[in-house]
Amino acid sequence: MDVKAIKEQFPILQQEVNGHPLVYLDSSATSQKPVQVIEAVSDYYKYNNSNVHRGVHTLGSRATDQYEGAREKVREFINAKSTKEIIFNRGTTAGLNLVASSYARANVGSGDEIVITPMEHHSNLIPWQQAAKATGARLVYLPLQEDGTVSLDDVRDTVNEKTKIVAITHVSNVLGTINPIKEITEIAHQHHAVMVVDGAQGAPHIKVDVQDIDCDFYAFSGHKMCGPTGIGVLYGKQELLENMEPVEFGGEMIDFVNLYDSTWKELPWKFEGGTPIIAGAIGLAAAIDFLNEIGQDEILAHETELAAYALEQLQTIDGIQIYGPRKRAGLVTFNLDDVHPHDTATVLDAEGIAVRAGHHCAQPLMKWLDVVATARASFYLYNTKEDIDLLVAGLLKTKEYFGNGFE
Amino acid sequence: MALNNLDTLYRQVIMDHYKNPRNKGTLEKDSVTVDMNNPTCGDRIQLQLDIQDGIVKDAKFQGEGCSISMASASMMTQAIKGLEVETALKMSEMFSKMMLGEDIDSEDMGDIEALQGVSQFPARIKCATLAWKAMEKGVHDE
Repeated sequence: MDVKAIKEQFPILQQEVNGHPLVYLDSSATSQKPVQVIEAVSDYYKYNNSNVHRGVHTLGSRATDQYEGAREKVREFINAKSTKEIIFNRGTTAGLNLVASSYARANVGSGDEIVITPMEHHSNLIPWQQAAKATGARLVYLPLQEDGTVSLDDVRDTVNEKTKIVAITHVSNVLGTINPIKEITEIAHQHHAVMVVDGAQGAPHIKVDVQDIDCDFYAFSGHKMCGPTGIGVLYGKQELLENMEPVEFGGEMIDFVNLYDSTWKELPWKFEGGTPIIAGAIGLAAAIDFLNEIGQDEILAHETELAAYALEQLQTIDGIQIYGPRKRAGLVTFNLDDVHPHDTATVLDAEGIAVRAGHHCAQPLMKWLDVVATARASFYLYNTKEDIDLLVAGLLKTKEYFGNGFE
Repeated sequence: MALNNLDTLYRQVIMDHYKNPRNKGTLEKDSVTVDMNNPTCGDRIQLQLDIQDGIVKDAKFQGEGCSISMASASMMTQAIKGLEVETALKMSEMFSKMMLGEDIDSEDMGDIEALQGVSQFPARIKCATLAWKAMEKGVHDE
């Protein structure tokens, strides 16, 4: 993989920040966009912009073809059986909320259980808290191992005949843990529970085959995989989606509208009320082309190598705490002793290095780690070992800056 | 921006308040307790005020957060002790203006003036204002 050539395709990465070449280590928050994606979106607006599924005119057909073409591209990307199973929305949060609002409200009752983990992002946690409150179900947490992984024995012990939903992240946005979602799905299905996967940190980095995993729902976001913000995908098995009620009503999603009742369009459109995110879907299709051309396995191998190198190099710093398992996705979460992560991030920013600091939308996990906040460096296909060397140098400067002169 | 420009943010006096916070702890007797946090970054503060006859008799805080948020809380409690509530609120208003980079008469602000540099770091302004927001809320709740 020619990382230098890849990086050149990202205009934003060619700039200096605070007098230093930008080192972008915050791709878990949002990835940068290659010129192909930016142009796909701008070309759509320049030449083809029109509403979809209704225009008789030429532009309407072009926009519809592109939008539905993007759906087919996504289907292929995750190997879904049918485009009926691909629902466009504004991101992972929207997808998980749809499952929690529609599927859970209709299929979970008092005394039932919804199983999640303490490593969930708030977007795969709060929807289930709310669903549990609304239905009288119990929210049950799988325990975590000391290194921040989930043990399948614990899954077997926790999931039972009361379990109706198991909702777990594919990859932890804080620990980098890659969860064995295929095996967990199998256990969930043995107890007739549905398996919901938060794929926000999964799909951008790991080849996803929803038929192989056999999960019932898989949600992810375009903007974390080189696509635009505001576009996301919910995959759901057709037989489940067929029986789910929409949660948003209005234009685009209806079949017949009478004075007192209405009927819905067929899948997937019944879940896409209102003018859809047309440009976003087209940009996402361009992002998928871009990733496919490089090869998802290549990208994962590159990130795995970077993560291993980062772990090795960061461990050489005195007084650094690193969280999460050894085998991990392309991110490292850490704290420097006696330096708050905001201060770390500010000093790094002065060096042109962008990292995330805070609770990473995972407050229960922060509590589990017994920290208020952490700093996180996350990698993608455009990052290099030199970026990590600069991070390490920046952290040494941070330590020096906060260690000296202030005592 | 080079590393030494960070000195406009992390002034010596700020680091002193961060490492040796004034008024950290709890009041035995308080008339108002405010818990406030910064949901986007996780900083949190508990501020206790002892207000009698319109005067801030005492103030203490506890919390967890970055150097800017904790130093600001330390400075704020130091500054408002003994002030009339109205004066404390005026000071808070001045502080907000300072964070917006507006010129203010900083003489009355004492140590707090050291936080002026925060206005050049937009991402950190909410760290500095957390304690002041807690104080405003406490005064209004009282």
